[in-house]
Amino acid sequence: MISINLNGQPKEIPGDTTAAALVESLEIGRRKFAVEVNREVVSAHRLGEVILSEGDEVNVVTLVGGG
Amino acid sequence: MSASSNIPSTGVPAEPGGEPTRHTQPEPRLTIGERSFGSRLLIGTGKYSSFELTRDAIADTGAEIVTVAIRRVELDRSKKSLLDFIDPDRYVLLPNTAGCYSAEEAIRTCRLAREMGTGSMVKLEVIGDERTLFPDVAATLEAARVLVDEGFVVLPYITDDPVACLRLQEIGCAAVMPLAAPIGSGLGIRNPYNISIIIEQASVPVIVDAGVGTASDAAYAMELGCDGVLMNTAVAGARDPIKMARAMRLAVEAGRAAYEAGRIDRKRYATASSPITGLI
Repeated sequence: MISINLNGQPKEIPGDTTAAALVESLEIGRRKFAVEVNREVVSAHRLGEVILSEGDEVNVVTLVGGG
Repeated sequence: MSASSNIPSTGVPAEPGGEPTRHTQPEPRLTIGERSFGSRLLIGTGKYSSFELTRDAIADTGAEIVTVAIRRVELDRSKKSLLDFIDPDRYVLLPNTAGCYSAEEAIRTCRLAREMGTGSMVKLEVIGDERTLFPDVAATLEAARVLVDEGFVVLPYITDDPVACLRLQEIGCAAVMPLAAPIGSGLGIRNPYNISIIIEQASVPVIVDAGVGTASDAAYAMELGCDGVLMNTAVAGARDPIKMARAMRLAVEAGRAAYEAGRIDRKRYATASSPITGLI
């Protein structure tokens, strides 16, 4: 297991987890989302290629109401 | 000499916006970048008491552009999402960078927005102070430069500062969005003279963003010659948001029509509306 930071919270995940697998585990369904690993956007089509490492900071964001 | 010659006929008018100040004919539609819109009201989706109310109020404003925010996904699967109620095929989504206090955060937020497929149009706001939510002008300029270079259609929220607006225009922003008053304050157009100067100088649309409290504020902004008005709290926070949505739609339309029609000059004394001859 490795320790990453997901949306500001510490999280333990298996060592070979891809960004795609992490997002899938969140079950965000049909919602629009975007992923950032260590402050860089990772395009949807590349999520399967990115294997997360110890200490990675991952943000998964969506659209919410705002002005 | 007549008595009236003692009265200055020129000088500072009581209020600005006496006549159209632009050198070009008024545009029938709001054009931002390569897109044009029939509605000049841009509406926010925050602060409504329910998604149903958000949907219905926004529909009644007649707005075609709706602002949205970017936030971390809540890990609560039962929660409904805004986009279950706001159809992205019906509205142009304008993601904002609200809550960003640095150019870097705002730039990252815009990149994430683009990844979500909302298009290249973004509402750039870089906040400089938590209490007033006034923009950080230097950081806004810095972020705007990067975002314009990256191909974003940048609509920056900015102070009602003619120089800052000019710089943003020079950088290549697709519009400038001076505040009327602090965000959510409902104080209305606090500095109509500055807004007028911004409009005179602008070669891009001027959209008043923030501070509108009621319909007359929106109408006033449009009478000054603004190309559009962006609001959220004024509708979402009204006692009856649906009714206020309609009021705002009518106000923006009325204000624009009055601007295009060209108001009469202000005079200090009366001029009779009925014939002064043929009286019995």
